[in-house]
Amino acid sequence: MSACRTQIHLTVNGQQTAVEAPPMKRLLDVLREDLGLTGTKEGCGEGECGSCSVRMNGELVNSCLVPILQASDARIETVEGLAIDAELHPLQKAFLECGGAQCGICTPGMLIAATHLLAHNPNPSMDEIREGLAGNLCRCTGFIKIFESVIAAAAMRGLETRAR
Amino acid sequence: MRGDPENLELIAASSLPDVLAQMAAAPGSWTPIAGGTELMVAHAAGRLNAQKFISLWGLAELDFIRVQDDSISIGGGVTFGHIRSHAAIASDFPLLARAASWIGSIANQNRATLAGNIVNGSPAADAPPALLVYDAEIELISQRGSRRIPYADFHLGYKQSVLEPDELVLALHLPRRFSKHSQYLRKVGTRKAMAITKVALAGTAIVENGTIHEIRLAAASVADRPVRMIATEEALQGRWLTAATRNAARAVLLNEVRPIDDIRSTAEYRKHVAANLLDEFLAELNNRGSSG
Amino acid sequence: MTQNSAHNPKTRIVGTPQIRKEGVDKVLGRSKYVDDLEREGMWYGATVRSTIPRGKIREIHFDPGIDWSEFVIVTAADVPGTNHIQMISADQPCLVADTVNHCDEAIVLLAHPDKRRLPAAVAAVRIDYDPLPAVLSIEESETQQEIIWGGDNIFKQFHLEKGNVDEVWAIAAHIVEGEYRTGAQEHLYIENNGMIAEYSEADGVTVRGSLQCPFYVHKSLMAVFALPAEKVRVLQTETGGAFGGKEDYPSVLASHAGLLARKAGRPIKMVYDRMEDLAATTKRHPSRTRHRTAVDKDGKLLAMEIEIATDGGAYATLSSTVLSRATLHASGPYVCDNIRITSRAWATNTVPSGAFRGFGAPQSIFAIERHMEQIARAVGIDSTEIRRRNFLQTGDSTATEQIIHEPLILDALLDRALKESDYVARRSEFARENLHSPIKRGLGIASFYHGCGFTGSGERYLNSLAGIDVTPEGKARVLVSSTEFGQGTNTILTQIAAEALGLSYDEVEMAPCDTSLIPNSGPTVASRTSMVVGHLIERAGHQLITTLQEQAGLAAGYNREEFFAACELYREQYGKVESLCRYEAPPNVFWDDQKYRGEAYPTFGWAVYIAEVAVDITTYSAEVTNFCAVQEVGRVLNPTLAAGQIEGGVAQGVGYALYEKVLLKNGHMLNNQMTNYIMPTAADVPPIRVYFEEIPFAYGGFGAKGIGELPHDGPAPAILNAIQDATGENFTAIPLLPEDIFLRMIDCTPHEEPTVV
Repeated sequence: MSACRTQIHLTVNGQQTAVEAPPMKRLLDVLREDLGLTGTKEGCGEGECGSCSVRMNGELVNSCLVPILQASDARIETVEGLAIDAELHPLQKAFLECGGAQCGICTPGMLIAATHLLAHNPNPSMDEIREGLAGNLCRCTGFIKIFESVIAAAAMRGLETRAR
Repeated sequence: MRGDPENLELIAASSLPDVLAQMAAAPGSWTPIAGGTELMVAHAAGRLNAQKFISLWGLAELDFIRVQDDSISIGGGVTFGHIRSHAAIASDFPLLARAASWIGSIANQNRATLAGNIVNGSPAADAPPALLVYDAEIELISQRGSRRIPYADFHLGYKQSVLEPDELVLALHLPRRFSKHSQYLRKVGTRKAMAITKVALAGTAIVENGTIHEIRLAAASVADRPVRMIATEEALQGRWLTAATRNAARAVLLNEVRPIDDIRSTAEYRKHVAANLLDEFLAELNNRGSSG
Repeated sequence: MTQNSAHNPKTRIVGTPQIRKEGVDKVLGRSKYVDDLEREGMWYGATVRSTIPRGKIREIHFDPGIDWSEFVIVTAADVPGTNHIQMISADQPCLVADTVNHCDEAIVLLAHPDKRRLPAAVAAVRIDYDPLPAVLSIEESETQQEIIWGGDNIFKQFHLEKGNVDEVWAIAAHIVEGEYRTGAQEHLYIENNGMIAEYSEADGVTVRGSLQCPFYVHKSLMAVFALPAEKVRVLQTETGGAFGGKEDYPSVLASHAGLLARKAGRPIKMVYDRMEDLAATTKRHPSRTRHRTAVDKDGKLLAMEIEIATDGGAYATLSSTVLSRATLHASGPYVCDNIRITSRAWATNTVPSGAFRGFGAPQSIFAIERHMEQIARAVGIDSTEIRRRNFLQTGDSTATEQIIHEPLILDALLDRALKESDYVARRSEFARENLHSPIKRGLGIASFYHGCGFTGSGERYLNSLAGIDVTPEGKARVLVSSTEFGQGTNTILTQIAAEALGLSYDEVEMAPCDTSLIPNSGPTVASRTSMVVGHLIERAGHQLITTLQEQAGLAAGYNREEFFAACELYREQYGKVESLCRYEAPPNVFWDDQKYRGEAYPTFGWAVYIAEVAVDITTYSAEVTNFCAVQEVGRVLNPTLAAGQIEGGVAQGVGYALYEKVLLKNGHMLNNQMTNYIMPTAADVPPIRVYFEEIPFAYGGFGAKGIGELPHDGPAPAILNAIQDATGENFTAIPLLPEDIFLRMIDCTPHEEPTVV
């Protein structure tokens, strides 16, 4: 007995799109399989590692825990949407310069979590950075250079704002 | 991913009455799913028993925070992200706001709902101890109507509650009468974030002229369900806040709690840490009391 | 002739924080890991695993509720070559033939076009066993009442003897004994193991996947498929973390995927989910180390008697080399004329243990550094003094009677660590505060070394080949089998090549990691890449320049246009522009495998780490509040990447000490989910301050030594030394959980009033 596939409309990185999928298919799998956006990763399937992090209607969520039906008409942001044309997002630049990415598997989720953090708190304290990223596990860096990257990106954004 | 979404049904309805009607038509057939932070984990592990799900996500009738003069009502569909950042909740019910900030990670808080945390029925759940010491009432709703009972009467046993198969948790109502109370909440987990509770203690009390009044104590992971520590409260209610009282209460608590050994911790550790947390709360009461 | 660059530290690119070579793709989310890839017509594979730790298979039942005609089914009978994974021994079967030796051992493989159908199919294969008694711990194995491997359950043993230990006990002022234990540890790379395999009669077997050592996989596939070298091709996909967990296990997974691909006649992808990866793949060897030490009244080490036992799990895999490294690091960076070390790796019916960053050294360094604290206390001197009085100096000899010729600056490293951690002042402050606070604070020191490269004659045996070529399109490429998995292989090797060739960093890239295209520069393990392979690339670069000067008229002081023009001139004559170099052992490095004596390693990284902890007596929880890591690792090739290696290794060491516990029941991992296997989060890691001293090593890439594993050796003993400083309690086993601290600090018997100390 198989359930109906249903048509879901959603906006991904600014682009309106529609998929036909069983309603309990995970948003993570729809992004990776139906939409070919393999930047978002699966590390655990339990909502513990955060490598599947995306923003849904501006909120940070673990896409491995979202059934696609609940993403109906949602606005989804993934790592693929961070850079605009050839211009890297300040966080991406910072991760490159500060060594925030080593093996890179946690990096997409980490960037999304950091984007979310800075959107809500443009000048976070170290404790706020730690809390903001506590849902994203990195086994390579020990987090130190990720913290440095977020601080550097926050400073970059500050400069951009002041420059305007 | 061990679950097969092709074998599952998930429906959504545009209003709460429609959801309730669906549930009433076949009580127990439709498993409500809100933020999915428990059910989707079971789905991925291939451990979902249910096959038919009804989505509560985004239902406006469950997603409200109403601030009245004498109470705050929080809809069952409110996420912990919204609970922790709500100014009135943070000011009137700081223990609940704090508990909300300890659930999983920020990503989990943006999806996990108050009702989900309660109905999932884990004795380790983060919100219940705070709800218990705030004398919360829980409102359940079905097509048959709604009913309000003390939240303390909601859980009946391990993952068992008074919730009927056609019912949902509509709201939690918290009385706004704790602004003068001393308040305590501490969670002991396996690490500082993303930790399931090994043991937690919540407490509210007023100290007047050196005696303890209106003491409420509630704990996580010391029984088969979230519990008020009634016997321990009785050992403190109306007593002088002295070392003798503290030692006596400690002994009562050590007998009252019934924790288990499990994958995360041991019964003995949980017992003794619960007692230490009580000591810590009582010490804080003492310090606040003496400073007037 | 090799140019010795170690004396010339002025470099344009080496030593600078060049951006990670593959970094842009990583931050864009464009890097393709194995699960991001597909092949035309690909099916998916899954594994049916044993549910008992030891026994004979009586029968395999396929539940008739499944339409098995839709599936491809593979068992041991389908192995065309030898049914064994080639590591050091070839005892581990690719698939169980008749006898199961651990829980979660692979028995049946299934493939299907729809991966969602596989979990139900796996559950529908029921296996009947005749169980045999299982051995589940080192102690059980040591009784030898049940022999489960070889004739005596011993995968390997070593005996090292220096001087005359037995004559010393009688004259010692103090004899200090201790027993120290370390638990299993899971790598927890965020990318699970995965492979995609293809098979055809024409091309043989081709695998793409997450791995560290393409030629290890290549060798194993040759044997499993009975194919010659040119009919086996292994490619590395972008690998999301490894730490040794993808050193030998990929040979198992590649064989499985290959067998399914061969029978199915189509590509097969096998990617584990977290539960399977945790339960079924290798872990760090648990260990037990016993110390008996004689010291004089001043705390100088007179004799050390050390006994090491490791738990190798069900098959030999890498247990002999892990044991070797544990043995060679067991006596610490200290002078002692009389040393006896006996070590054994024991078989148990648990998932085979494997490589994990440090490879035996974290285990025995935990023991010696904890033991030094007890010695200090017995003698009545402090933690710094016990070390200073015993530190190796240049000219001293090690346990294997290797004379250390290189400059040794352990005292200076200790001085720097004490200064940067404000050790003296903070300890004083803590001693005062601890009297009145429920939070007890303390500081702890660990001093240690890590031998770089393969032990003894290992590098000669590997006989690595590596080099550089220049393509007609004007790209200089590094030709190595060394893999990137986050540590920075791609970056440092292209930095070295660019430096040696006089090109810019952006003009050099890595040749694809494909065994059909690259020479075998050895596995990416053992902290050998920057040192051994880096040196080969440096030599190859200089060799290419010399060749172009001699054969293509390249002038001294050439610019890049002239370089590429000379390459094209050379190509016209000789067809290709390629410079390969073969490993040459540094002079005066001799190792006697029989006597276990001589130059165990060509060089060592040296370190002093200081941990600061806070122990909360209310919850019995310990956390690391500050960490200072000072090390000498030769030339730092890239300061950002080097610091990143130290920080990451320290964080893993913190997990090893305080958080990460593998819970086994009947040999099966109970806590095989990320919810229950606890690694430190961003909220848990301490601030980690990293300092490098640089003493270039002449035979490393531009003076580099190895760095990858050193940082995992020091944190655990430093942390437990700090906990002893904070609480006075001597904890001798890790992981040290609050429940363990609780049991020590409370005296509690039934029916008695408990007292909190």
